[in-house]
Amino acid sequence: MGLGLLASRVLRFHTNRRNLLRTIVTKPELQSPEASAAAAAPDPTPDLPPRTPVAGARVHFPNPDDAIEVFVDGYPVKIPKGMTVLQACEIAGVDIPRFCYHSRLSIAGNCRMCLVEVEKSPKPVASCAMPALPGMKIKTDTPVAKKAREGVMEFLLMNHPLDCPICDQGGECDLQDQSMAFGSDRGRFTEMKRSVVDKNLGPLVKTVMTRCIQCTRCVRFATEIAGVQDLGMLGRGSGEEIGTYVEKLMTSELSGNVIDICPVGALTSKPFAFKARNWELKGTESIDVTDAVGSNIRIDSRGPEVMRILPRLNEDINEEWISDKTRFFYDGLKRQRLNDPMIRGADGRFKAVSWRDALAVAAEVLHQVKPEEIVGVVGKLCDAESMMVLKDFLNRMGSNNVWCEGNGPSPNADLRSGYIMNTSISGLEKVDVFLLVGTQPRIEAAMVNARIRKTVRATNAKVGYIGPPTDFNYDCEHIGTGPQALVEIAEGRHPFFSTILNAKNPAIIVGAGIFERMDKDAIFSTVETIAKKGNVVRPDWNGLNVLLLNAAQAAALDLGLVPESSNSIESAKFVYLMGADDVNLDKLPKDAFMVYQGHHGDRGVYHANVILPAAAFTEKEGTYVNTEGCAQQTLPAVPTVGDARDDWKIIRALSEVAGVRLPYDTIGAVQSRIRNVAPNLLSVDEREPATFGASLKPECTQSISSTPFKAAIENFYMTDCITRASKIMAQCSAVLLKK
Amino acid sequence: MLARLAAVRLREIRQVLRQVPQTSRSFSTALNYHIDTPDNNPNLPWEFTDVNKEKVKEILSHYPSNYKQSAVIPLLDLAQQQYGGWLPVSAMDAVAKVIEVAPIRVYEVATFYSMFNRSPVGKYHLLVCGTTPCMIRGSREIEDALLKHLGVKRNEVTKDGLFSVGEMECMGCCVNAPMITVADYSNGSEGYTYNYYEDVTPKRVVEIVEMLRRGEKLPPGTQNPKRIKCGPEGGNTTLHGEPKPPPCRDLDAC
Repeated sequence: MGLGLLASRVLRFHTNRRNLLRTIVTKPELQSPEASAAAAAPDPTPDLPPRTPVAGARVHFPNPDDAIEVFVDGYPVKIPKGMTVLQACEIAGVDIPRFCYHSRLSIAGNCRMCLVEVEKSPKPVASCAMPALPGMKIKTDTPVAKKAREGVMEFLLMNHPLDCPICDQGGECDLQDQSMAFGSDRGRFTEMKRSVVDKNLGPLVKTVMTRCIQCTRCVRFATEIAGVQDLGMLGRGSGEEIGTYVEKLMTSELSGNVIDICPVGALTSKPFAFKARNWELKGTESIDVTDAVGSNIRIDSRGPEVMRILPRLNEDINEEWISDKTRFFYDGLKRQRLNDPMIRGADGRFKAVSWRDALAVAAEVLHQVKPEEIVGVVGKLCDAESMMVLKDFLNRMGSNNVWCEGNGPSPNADLRSGYIMNTSISGLEKVDVFLLVGTQPRIEAAMVNARIRKTVRATNAKVGYIGPPTDFNYDCEHIGTGPQALVEIAEGRHPFFSTILNAKNPAIIVGAGIFERMDKDAIFSTVETIAKKGNVVRPDWNGLNVLLLNAAQAAALDLGLVPESSNSIESAKFVYLMGADDVNLDKLPKDAFMVYQGHHGDRGVYHANVILPAAAFTEKEGTYVNTEGCAQQTLPAVPTVGDARDDWKIIRALSEVAGVRLPYDTIGAVQSRIRNVAPNLLSVDEREPATFGASLKPECTQSISSTPFKAAIENFYMTDCITRASKIMAQCSAVLLKK
Repeated sequence: MLARLAAVRLREIRQVLRQVPQTSRSFSTALNYHIDTPDNNPNLPWEFTDVNKEKVKEILSHYPSNYKQSAVIPLLDLAQQQYGGWLPVSAMDAVAKVIEVAPIRVYEVATFYSMFNRSPVGKYHLLVCGTTPCMIRGSREIEDALLKHLGVKRNEVTKDGLFSVGEMECMGCCVNAPMITVADYSNGSEGYTYNYYEDVTPKRVVEIVEMLRRGEKLPPGTQNPKRIKCGPEGGNTTLHGEPKPPPCRDLDAC
């Protein structure tokens, strides 16, 4: 009885009927914020400790006279005119909660989460949309601001489902974080929550539209950056929803970025759905190799598996976006992998053997052929180190026929300005007239295209295009399909020539697809004529660019991977393919012995006699040079598959078996060899501009053929062995490229 | 002892749950996404008629040539009048083409305004005001009377295609509440009218419907014979003489 009585008393205390209907806890200062603010009377302390800006926000004063001073929580900051209150707070080191505001998108001001108190303003102001005025006294920490945020958060959570445990955004959700930091610990909402029909945006973006808080970031991203006006805000009031109205997929090469900018779990990654939580993942900062842009990525892995790929901020290359191919090709890393060294038997079937046997067979054949019959082709995903080692190895065997696929039969490696993007990717923002020659940047380098679009949107830059008809997501003048149009411009007969003449910073971008043409020297000399006449190359401006296609191309040309004779493949007896799948082997003699070293069983394997499994770019340390000449490094994120080894190590081992031991025992040794050949490859994350211009080139004697330019890439989603192995990319090309 | 406590607790929980209204919230607007049907899909051809093409030009001339998108609402309205009171997707696409914007920008506008119908309506679209003053004065009874008389549900078209009943928020006639609006699409955009019938009663709306069915014209405005426009029933009780100007405006006196 005693115990029961005690228990009943305790329980009765808790089961007070009034306590059943919980209300928000209120404090006197929340009841009358103004009064308590006056009571607190925070007199401005002039010697506050200096604060560090949020996320390294930098202040750039274009004109020192335009600097104004505002006070954030009593702390004075100098900011340039035209900045918003939110930016001023960021510089003062105060992180303002926000949902709709995104620094790279236009300001919408519709989430109201960034409310702050401004002295002499009757109401809290939305700091993201309010320009900072001189002497403004901004208070971010007062009861008014706190109450405003709490109220906004309560409204946002009104219709937001409480399904965090089954939401993929959980753990990296802005709403989750900010409701923990700024929200109330309980809500007063007892009515039904609304529900919204999910939209089908394609195979990449999963939608759970009930979670949407209508920040419109995705609408603004699609309209402003991706350039596909498909998404919109439909309906009104509490029935408002994001959608496409008509059944439509989001056919943009940048659509995956809406996953990153969505502050809640409304737009999440479809391939990554329910695969992992973000806190179980190990992030490895690496480089994308699916195109020549070298977008900075973070590879998130769990154990031996790459779980997802996210962009990394790099203002000079990819800002904070990546293309869909970069983001979603990772499932190709798990399929069609080469695990063991293999030798093709007499019956035409591959047999798994030990490394010793495979290398011995390769070395034996290598010694039976003449040195000039040895040919090495480097694939489009190869890193600089392995290219260097392969070239050294084949040189020691007496052959100098080694090149990188995509660079054409007779690449020009002498003048660096002839194969890199001299303007640099971020420099494209200064351009006012673009001339695209035989290149479709939207397919070949989506991030470069995003940069061109940004320029066109910001400054109304003109774009002229010569090449096969294609889709652009900005206004573009289609000048012609073949080299004749180029000649017309060079001779000043086409009106676009005067456009180039009148431009302040014109840029010509030549596609690397032209490398494969027989008349490429003539085309390049025509382009150089335009550049000369149009004042495209000046001491302070270099607007003559080549847009490369593959990650390996620039490094291969930097290292001088140029074949001795352009038709060496016709007389080859021993072909060493290092990840080369797209090289044209039709002219190869039938009896040629082929070694394929690579990570995927793709086209290159069909005719191979010996397969040597190598590591993919996620599994090794390697240097890549992007199309603007910036050397960057990948880092191993996951262990290698099966018996695979790093590319350079395989060749180093083969050289020892073949009796011409290369003196590289560590990757550092390979890199010091690279230092002798191309020192720019070792200054990682630095763009090395070309020293000499095209004026040093010898006169061109070729004549231009009239064959129209071809599209360099047929299918954006499938360009190399990893993307061809990827299921997601196959879905994308089936669904999104359907005409 | 504990069992009794548990029973009390359970009853309390049940009581709390009962307080939660279990009704779903209803929205006045239709679906915010489009479902392809044979009579409404993007592949159907849709064009402005020749007469309306002139009107389109006239509407566009009100706006600067670089702000053509400002004409979206008048053009959608014109398209709706032409197409018998509703906007199929292809009509919105046609408007998007005229004002040179992406179709989604037009869909955004059309879904925002409840006056744009995105599903078929009757030739006479009856809109009952449901905002507070009208509701207090009995707009629900009026809607019920209409629906019962026509034998339809809200936003449903009668079998003969003549009538449909919708709900609208305040149309600014609170002084003559309750009121209905009749959008007359029977004669295309030329004979289009949008008349207010005020001070209606459940009996009167049925009469209005029958008169419309017979094609009779009836004067819009207040249906209360004792009232003149929005004046009080039985004539003015105040403001009989000329109003005196406010003293501050009397400049001579200054």
